[in-house]
Amino acid sequence: MSAIVSLHNVVKTYTRGKQTVEVLHNLSIEIAQGDFVALMGPSGSGKTTLLNLIGGLDRPSRGEVNVAGERIDQLSSGQLAKWRARHVGFVFQFYNLMPMLSAERNVELPLLLTNLSGAQRKQNVLAALTVVGLADRAKHKPAELSGGQAQRVAIARALVADPTLLVCDEPTGDLDRTTADEILHLLQMLNKDHGKTIVMVTHDPKAAEYASHQLHLDKGQLVEGSAHA
Amino acid sequence: MKYFPLLWAALWRKKARTIFTLLSILVAFLLFGMLQGVNSAFNQAVEKANVNRMITTSSIALTENLPYADMAQIEALPGVANVAHASWFGPYYQDPKNFIFTFPVEPDRYFLVYPELILPKDQLEAFEHTRTGAVIGADLARKYGWKIGDRVPLHSTIWTKPDGTSDWNFDVVGIYQVPSDRAQESAFFFNYKYFDEGRSFGKGTVGWYIIQVKDPTQSAQVAATVDKLFANSTDETKTETEKEFQQAFLKQIGDINMIVTYILFEVFFALLFATGSTMMQSVRERVPELAVLKTLGFSDTAMLTLVLCESTLLCLLAAALGLLTAWALFPGLKDVIGVVKLPAPVIVEGIVVALLLAFVTGIVPAWRAKRLDIVEALRG
Repeated sequence: MSAIVSLHNVVKTYTRGKQTVEVLHNLSIEIAQGDFVALMGPSGSGKTTLLNLIGGLDRPSRGEVNVAGERIDQLSSGQLAKWRARHVGFVFQFYNLMPMLSAERNVELPLLLTNLSGAQRKQNVLAALTVVGLADRAKHKPAELSGGQAQRVAIARALVADPTLLVCDEPTGDLDRTTADEILHLLQMLNKDHGKTIVMVTHDPKAAEYASHQLHLDKGQLVEGSAHA
Repeated sequence: MKYFPLLWAALWRKKARTIFTLLSILVAFLLFGMLQGVNSAFNQAVEKANVNRMITTSSIALTENLPYADMAQIEALPGVANVAHASWFGPYYQDPKNFIFTFPVEPDRYFLVYPELILPKDQLEAFEHTRTGAVIGADLARKYGWKIGDRVPLHSTIWTKPDGTSDWNFDVVGIYQVPSDRAQESAFFFNYKYFDEGRSFGKGTVGWYIIQVKDPTQSAQVAATVDKLFANSTDETKTETEKEFQQAFLKQIGDINMIVTYILFEVFFALLFATGSTMMQSVRERVPELAVLKTLGFSDTAMLTLVLCESTLLCLLAAALGLLTAWALFPGLKDVIGVVKLPAPVIVEGIVVALLLAFVTGIVPAWRAKRLDIVEALRG
């Protein structure tokens, strides 16, 4: 399968006061289309930094980042925003839903940036909520949902615009084992049945087992090759 | 419109804070509506002044009377078409709070120089021939339920009779209308003869003269001629256009425009800080949420616009409620300023001020939202 994510000699440095810290050192990886990759490693190993680069939230200090056929490290801030809206769905550890909006309004957010009509948006939102099994909770606000349900809404929001890639940052980090398994099953289903490419950062080896490949990072470098689940 | 639910929800994220901010803006715009409304009403009255008319008063003060005998000399001057006079009677009806704009006049002269006051011919004749006769505005008649044939007692705060009393009785003989400006329908006119014979002091004098000129372009020349005529006399005059006279009259109350401007400046200056800090706080609290929006693909410009729209929604909503309240309360001022409706330009001006307020209070937090670094913001 062709690579949907391809990083070549990527270096990422951060400046903290007078100190410059290199978080990623000449990192090169490729992720195939339709893959489900778990990024693992200890805290500070650069997992989230790598995820941010793949998701177009950050730019590398050096090197190339190709995602969905585009050199995203060369895009302007405005172009990158449009690119993210078109190609990437994000799932966060703490769901990051808008507390004052209902589940359906939260899911609708990415569609506000499209030219879809109100009726089309509503239809797509319902379809996404149905996929995550929460069609009956459309009118509920995040505070009225359990952690697992809130994360499902977040996944529906990530899916609704039919992105090329799903980027998940510790999606089960705030959930109990049973709920975490349900979420991971859902991600696995999206990968297998809907063909979504998923890159997931996790500390949890059990969560990583749901992925088809695992990449281990340590001190900003890939320490191990991929391992089939 | 598709962003409205997002804006509306963001606005009501902290209900109590939004309600208090709304109330403070509402009160400011209520004040704006009432004060600017009064100011605008006065200005409109001045703007409506007739260009054919000039007013001659004592050069010393408006309260100084002029000899009645001056009228014939003024009338004889070139450029003068007609002359009338009026005086300030300053009475109230039954209670001091029922103040009534009342003027002793010579009926035929007065209604000649004020053709906009429409009075049926038979009523004008009755006015001329009834010593205690009075002609009142239609609005005043409605207010007190007065009609032709009624006897109305007024208590003057200035003019006493020889017996020491200040109560004057009048018989309503006519009701005038001003179709072009209903605000003028609240005056009370009565016979100068009755006034001059009945008062205990100041006999043979009038408050001011109203000169109707033949050609308005010659007004300055006529004014100079009139004032020159009485120069170095015991009763020197000051002649000015009706507009200038009305402006000077209003300035006796105070420079309303300046007072209103100062009050509103201070109110809105304080409001800038209150609303500005609310918007700043609101954006500061929502940094992670704004970062998520950016993550989803909202551009920097979209974020700037969203926050500006939020502050616009807040300010416009509160301003609209404030102006609506002012509009509802404004008829209560009718007795004071004679205007029954909040002038439309004040509402337009209010909306412009609300938009300005929204921009000034929203631009800093909006800029902050625009510049938000997603990675930093999500890291918390």
